[in-house]
Amino acid sequence: MEFFKIRRTIPFMRHALVFNVISLLTFLAAVFFLAHRGLNFSIEFTGGTLIEVGYKESANVDAVRRGLEGAGYKAEAQNFGSSREVLIRMHLEKNQSTADLSQKVMQVLKAQDASAELRRVEFVGPQVGRELVELGLVALLITAVGIVVYLWFRFEWRFGISGIVANLHDVVIILGFFAFFQWEFSLPVLAAVLAVLGYSVNESVVVFDRVRENFRKMRKASTQEVIDSAITGVISRTIITHLCTQMMVTTMLVFGGEALHYFALALTIGILFGIYSSVLVASPLVMWLGAKRDQFVKPGRKGSGRRDEHEGAVV
Amino acid sequence: MNRFPTWKYALIGLVIAAAFLYTLPNFFGESPAVQVSSAKSTVKLDFSLLGRVEQALKEANVPYTGTLVDQTGVRVRCADTDMQLRAKDVVDRALNPDANDRSYSVALNLLSASPDWLSAIHALPMYLGLDLRGGVHFLLQVDTAAAITKRVENLAGDLRNQLREKNIRHGGVSREGQTIRIRFREAAVRDQARQYILNNIPDLTLTERDDGQNLLLVATVRPDFQKRVQETALQQNILTLHKRVNELGVAEPVIQQQGVDRILVQLPGVQDTARAKEILGRTATLEVRLVDEEAMRAGSTFGVDVFPERRRDGSVGQVPVKKQVYVTGDQFIGASATFDQDQRPAVAVELDDAAGRTMRQVTRENVKHLMAIILFEKGKGEAISVATIQSEFGSRFQITGAFTPNETRDLSLLIRAGALAAPMEIIEERTVGPSLGRDNISKGFHATLWGFTAIVVFMCIYYVIFGLISSVALAVNLLLLIALLSLLQATLTLPGIAAIALTLGMAIDANVLINERIREELRGGATPQAAIAAGYERAWGTILDSNVTTFIVGLSLLMVPGAVRGFAVVHCLGILTSMFSAVLVSRAIVNLTYGHRRRVQRLAIGNTTWK
Repeated sequence: MEFFKIRRTIPFMRHALVFNVISLLTFLAAVFFLAHRGLNFSIEFTGGTLIEVGYKESANVDAVRRGLEGAGYKAEAQNFGSSREVLIRMHLEKNQSTADLSQKVMQVLKAQDASAELRRVEFVGPQVGRELVELGLVALLITAVGIVVYLWFRFEWRFGISGIVANLHDVVIILGFFAFFQWEFSLPVLAAVLAVLGYSVNESVVVFDRVRENFRKMRKASTQEVIDSAITGVISRTIITHLCTQMMVTTMLVFGGEALHYFALALTIGILFGIYSSVLVASPLVMWLGAKRDQFVKPGRKGSGRRDEHEGAVV
Repeated sequence: MNRFPTWKYALIGLVIAAAFLYTLPNFFGESPAVQVSSAKSTVKLDFSLLGRVEQALKEANVPYTGTLVDQTGVRVRCADTDMQLRAKDVVDRALNPDANDRSYSVALNLLSASPDWLSAIHALPMYLGLDLRGGVHFLLQVDTAAAITKRVENLAGDLRNQLREKNIRHGGVSREGQTIRIRFREAAVRDQARQYILNNIPDLTLTERDDGQNLLLVATVRPDFQKRVQETALQQNILTLHKRVNELGVAEPVIQQQGVDRILVQLPGVQDTARAKEILGRTATLEVRLVDEEAMRAGSTFGVDVFPERRRDGSVGQVPVKKQVYVTGDQFIGASATFDQDQRPAVAVELDDAAGRTMRQVTRENVKHLMAIILFEKGKGEAISVATIQSEFGSRFQITGAFTPNETRDLSLLIRAGALAAPMEIIEERTVGPSLGRDNISKGFHATLWGFTAIVVFMCIYYVIFGLISSVALAVNLLLLIALLSLLQATLTLPGIAAIALTLGMAIDANVLINERIREELRGGATPQAAIAAGYERAWGTILDSNVTTFIVGLSLLMVPGAVRGFAVVHCLGILTSMFSAVLVSRAIVNLTYGHRRRVQRLAIGNTTWK
């Protein structure tokens, strides 16, 4: 069985400008929503208390809400996963003792319905949340720098820059989705976003690798032809790999429950845009930045035509 | 060309066999057990303890299925949770005849149900995080500034005493923030005092200042002294938490310093989280001070601290107390509930040597005066005992007051478990009920299982035999990953399970790259054997590059604590195992299948002939 029987090189680069404009528009839209609506940070970042309560029968969320209000708490309550579970979110209040808040809330709920069972409590103080935001940003920065340096070292600086631009653009677009739909941005989602960064760089590297190889093999071809043939060469692998990864992510989305829902969602968006960006954004950028054959072939060995594994980048 | 030397096959086989061995314990699951460990540093564990435990169980007719002794204590395996609860009660009663003074901590635990020979080679099941097994996690912030203030207050008291003893006449010693101010009337006396302090209290640096009427000597504590106080305060708090956790009876607690002034506490498997929090969160500390009798008569509150006092008749009075603290809670080394000569509930306490000496001196100088014992809890002080000093006493005495027997028991527990050197505040809490933990495991397991199945089915259809080989390599990857996680005893969390799933989804990439390359070579007219060799060789560079970049991301993720780190650990390990399995293991199988045949007509890697 084979899905793709591509006989001719597909001229991907002919419409490069169009793709990049689309990409830029999506990117700008994402930035707009991020700035306009902001991310709906989970209490891990903002600080606050989260209480998950399980009931024997379907829970009456309204009653829970009213009960807590009556007891003097400002709380948001909603169903979580199934109708028998209720998630209560409480933001940090100035004069509220947080240490025994969960116990007091449970007392209120148990008084309403004795079958209420405490499933999970998360309390995060304000200082911890701030640190997390800082650490998350530092991790993102280190990742970005590390990737650029590695690509520079293995390929060429043009590849490093193009790779990171294309892939950070994926990250911003995922964040844009989270801002637009106001999905909850939690720590697992942060992990997913950073994993997507690694994943789409992985994708770009596969394309770049073929570009480098083709530069060495196709001695008379223009840069555009080289890139076109490289993408054509790896496109079937790209689609099959992503299909496999997406199968895994989809099962997480279906079976993983509420805890992994947004994690899997972030990965799904990331995978889709990862294909797009490495094929249709990173490659044109490499071309426009002026990648050429002689950057990869040492002058003295022009005629050999044999691929040398350890040749690496020649800058 | 597609043959490995025999040692390479052997090595790969050996690695897989070892991985299988270390994965095994995860299949046996865990059985309920009772864990007995020492609750006091003075109580040493030895084999006689096992005998006592077994005897107690036999006498009470509680069946058990096995016992295990190691450095941490004795563990008794039970058939089910009912037997486990009964066994716990029996053992607890037999080993700790005095419930007030526990020598052994008896806790419920789970024990790997795998055979002993597996445990002997250190093959253990994966270490599950709190979100999978349930339990409590606290991050506590220690208020070290308060500890320093307290020490400065003590220094001021010492200074006051010593200056008086040396007959250096001063106009008052007071603490302001973290500095001590000493007032003088004459410059000569100030110089004398200055010289004395420089020679005798090296922790202070002095500056001279005049405020118009008085000559001042301002003493500040040295930075290294502050640092020392901060460190001891943290260590003392950790020690105290250890003792409290022992009182709770938790198996495998984690109590660690985190950063300069934070303490991490993890109590896996604790069912009664409310009680755990109550006991851990107690910030009580005791102080022994003298009552200011002049202020009491005059009813003035100037220069004294006033605390409420609960009297025997039930009324609440106010007691003015001098500022100097003679003994603090961390100097108590023992306490038990008892009754005084009038058969009223009391607490018998014991002080350490230094505090005993102080106590002897204070009581000698203040016979027939009133002494107060103040209990600070949640920032508020209460005089729990105000009594006349009848005669000089030292490190052992009784605290009497308006107590009920229950209160003396609580109080002695509190004193015994140690006071905190500095107040603490919970800045992060995660409590996971056991049912949620079980749900999380089953969800994570099913997501991985079905994802894996889908990939295997697809690969086998699309790449036929090579797809099957890739699938076997992927299964080996999973095996290696679980073996590695079990061997390293890295904490597995729900994001960690997600990372296993995602790593598998990404690991198949290497095999897709290889298989696509082989097809390409075949299309280009290469012979099957040459196509295999070239396919693996050419794909290798790409696989390495793409895995290194993913690995860089994984490493930087390790920095972010919590769920992200749980994800990153598994992700990084998964990248390493996938390189091994996708390249080496799959190649070894391909070589075994095709490399040793004399002639291979065609490869079963799906249709590569295009019409």
